Amino acid sequence: MSTKKENAGSQFNLGAFLTKNSMVIALVVVFVLFYFLTDGRLLYAQNMSNLLLQNGYVLVMACGMLLCILTGGNIDLSVGSVICMVGGMAAVLLTNHGVSVYVTIPVCILVGLAAGIWQGYWIGYVRIPPFITTLGGMFIFRGFGRLILDSKTVAVQDATFLNIFTAYIKIPGLDTEAHIWSPLLIGALAVAFIIYSTISSRSNKAKKGYRQNSAAADYGRAIVISAVLLFYCYLLTQYKGISVMLVWVVVICLIYHFITSKTAFGRYFYAVGGNEKATQLSGINTNKVYFIAYANMGLLAGLCGLLCLARVGSVNGSTGTSFEMDAIGSCFIGGASAYGGSGTIPGVIIGALLLGVINMGMSIMGIGDSWQYVVKGGVLLLAVIFDVVSSRKSGK
Amino acid sequence: MGDTILEMKSITKEFPGVKALDNVNLVVERGEIHALIGENGAGKSTLMNVLSGTYPAGSYSGEIYYNGELCQFKTLKDSEAKGIVIIHQELALIPLLTIGENMFLGNEKKNKLGHIDWDLTYNEAEKHMRQVGLNESAQTLIKDIGTGKQQLVEIAKAFSKNVKLLILDEPTSSLNDEDAKMLLDLLIEFKKNGLTSIIITHKLNEIIYCADKATIIRDGSTIETLVKGVDEFSEDRIIKGMVGRPMNDRYPTREHKVCDEVGLEVKNWTVHHPLYHEKIVDNNISFKVHKGEVIGFSGLQGAGRTELAMSIFGKSYGTNISGELYLNGEKVDLKNPEQAIHHKLAYVTEDRKVNGLILGESIRFNTTLARLDKVCSKGIIDTTNEKKVAEEMTEAMGTKTPSIEQQVGNLSGGNQQKALLGKWMFTEPDVLILDEPTRGIDVGAKYDIYCLINQMVEDGKSVIMISSEMPELIGMCDRIYVMNEGELRGELNAKEATQEKIMSYIISAKA
Repeated sequence: MSTKKENAGSQFNLGAFLTKNSMVIALVVVFVLFYFLTDGRLLYAQNMSNLLLQNGYVLVMACGMLLCILTGGNIDLSVGSVICMVGGMAAVLLTNHGVSVYVTIPVCILVGLAAGIWQGYWIGYVRIPPFITTLGGMFIFRGFGRLILDSKTVAVQDATFLNIFTAYIKIPGLDTEAHIWSPLLIGALAVAFIIYSTISSRSNKAKKGYRQNSAAADYGRAIVISAVLLFYCYLLTQYKGISVMLVWVVVICLIYHFITSKTAFGRYFYAVGGNEKATQLSGINTNKVYFIAYANMGLLAGLCGLLCLARVGSVNGSTGTSFEMDAIGSCFIGGASAYGGSGTIPGVIIGALLLGVINMGMSIMGIGDSWQYVVKGGVLLLAVIFDVVSSRKSGK
Repeated sequence: MGDTILEMKSITKEFPGVKALDNVNLVVERGEIHALIGENGAGKSTLMNVLSGTYPAGSYSGEIYYNGELCQFKTLKDSEAKGIVIIHQELALIPLLTIGENMFLGNEKKNKLGHIDWDLTYNEAEKHMRQVGLNESAQTLIKDIGTGKQQLVEIAKAFSKNVKLLILDEPTSSLNDEDAKMLLDLLIEFKKNGLTSIIITHKLNEIIYCADKATIIRDGSTIETLVKGVDEFSEDRIIKGMVGRPMNDRYPTREHKVCDEVGLEVKNWTVHHPLYHEKIVDNNISFKVHKGEVIGFSGLQGAGRTELAMSIFGKSYGTNISGELYLNGEKVDLKNPEQAIHHKLAYVTEDRKVNGLILGESIRFNTTLARLDKVCSKGIIDTTNEKKVAEEMTEAMGTKTPSIEQQVGNLSGGNQQKALLGKWMFTEPDVLILDEPTRGIDVGAKYDIYCLINQMVEDGKSVIMISSEMPELIGMCDRIYVMNEGELRGELNAKEATQEKIMSYIISAKA
């Protein structure tokens, strides 16, 4: 038995490798393409730093959206409106009423969660179709948002609030006016962790005699990821360093990656999307799974509202319009199934980055918004077509 | 020699990495009922898909002669034009359309203006329905008639296509004995009018009953063709051909060691329909199963057996459930499947694809799903441990698979059933409820499952078995309860039980 497995693991199959990593390859291709189209400007430190900061809120939303999509291809249309409502509330509380930041932030996140609970209740326990419920939510929360803002644009100048989300990390001694070294330190720590975990996971598997990927595959992967990470950190040293916003985004992605891949609770989302009835008969409360997917989406949308407010500095009645579509697009480009039951956080991150690179590349080239929409839509469709066709060919 | 309607010569069909059919030959004569038998995955359905053009000419090698003429069907339409109609195991009817609409779907009766002539459609439909003895209005919705009648609609649909050669893929697998017999009688009736049929089935008694010839396929090759009246034409002979060795004992023996202790007892259990609350599905049922005992539930479809089992399993079916449930002598109230599982109750569904397994996920994923907490610490899955237990369970069940990471949807029916059993064995049940555990799986896999049942009771657990196959109940159970129309009609000791006795309980109840 074990010999069969080793064979399967050690043989390098180019076709399988390409299919499995198709989106990573697409990302690299698009990146290189825009690198040349923009005469290398894409890789400027400032642009690279902004790539993640501009798309940070998309990543946060997409983490929540993935859970909804996993339950059966269900989406949440209300995210953009919740962002407007929560962002608006924060802005009004801080600017018009002078409420403390440490009260405002928890209150606003709770309001986002409440919006999620409201929708989750109807979807999970009353079984109103998610599309209808969140379409309703999209109008309702947009309306509340405008009421709170009184249809005006409200700006935030509160330094404490802005610092919590948009400041850059300064480690005394490392970071001075002349040079910023902290990204490299943090990058080195991350690389050390990646290499350590690769080694320990391999030796653990070897000890117990489990199936292994080939050493080249495992270490190659670790080295490529480390190299990209270090290079990115190096770029950050050239432009302001690490933003707190980046920390928020990375931490949230890590948390949701952990939940979806390692916990029993995360697995229930896959189970519900795969076969709800069988899941129910396996003693799992599927109503609760739906409820939590949407309640959680509300929570993350609330957080996104704050991130957006901090990054833009102001909120108006149309803030967040069609943001949910970016999140949904990222999930599907990143390989989530439109029928639910499959999709991963790393995939979603790749999807979001792919959209982000296209947006940024075209902006640098000075191509207008309208064309960006056309290209975005085309990429989304292409990605899903590729996914469907390639899985059909492999005979599944 | 008779009049040959169909000859398939040295058909070979390969899928990537698998030779599904290897040099298969099949000769069918006009006006006969020809049975095609073999274990799951032997290649029966593939052969029929080659014949019907589902796999177009060119994707296989070999020749097909129909009425003496070489045929190269590119699509299903081509073969239907010649009068070859295939009816699949999973009925291809649309529940929310009427019988008439279904019958002419893709083949609509149009008038001169090019829109559908409904009067003609329904008139034609009812004409064909009368041919198969179906007395319904053609405007009835498919969802409002039972599976037996739906099967008849499929046959009527075949008649509307002017069928000459009818292929039925497991036509009786979802029918009860009564409906199945009716269907087979109908085929015999059609035979007199010159219709040729090929029937694929796992039920050997049906072959003996209606077929003139039986061709046995094993591992993608034709083994032999048995002719009624010429060769020995018995169940044992066919099994020998199928598995390649004689199978003397279809049910493994076990020492009957029934304890006095009661594992599960139900008193005055009444269940109402989940949608039509006034309708009673199970009426005032009381029964018990001892430790180390296998009990069976026999009855026709719609007798309320599945509903009874599911309502006991954490109220996963029905409303207004009343009655008392005792586990190990203790009264319990199980509000949902989760509580049922924690009280060591397991229900293995009759419909593994819809209610049992997550087909897109791996064996490992499915095995641990019902008791993920067993491989978790603080909610975090210990993947190493999970793989280990899944490997062990797969081995214990004898599931044939390249690895535990295999998607269960890619396994054969018998192996899916074993994976499903593995999932529930992993919950370590004290009382195991098996609903049609051997439906649609081959003889060898059935035997393995019977052995597992014996192992369970040997360990002092209780097994409740719901089955439409009476010989199976008689062969495996200690006691058999007979149900009909939501009521318990009798209890038989397995030693005294015969099919006739069980039938008489069911029928007497009807009178």
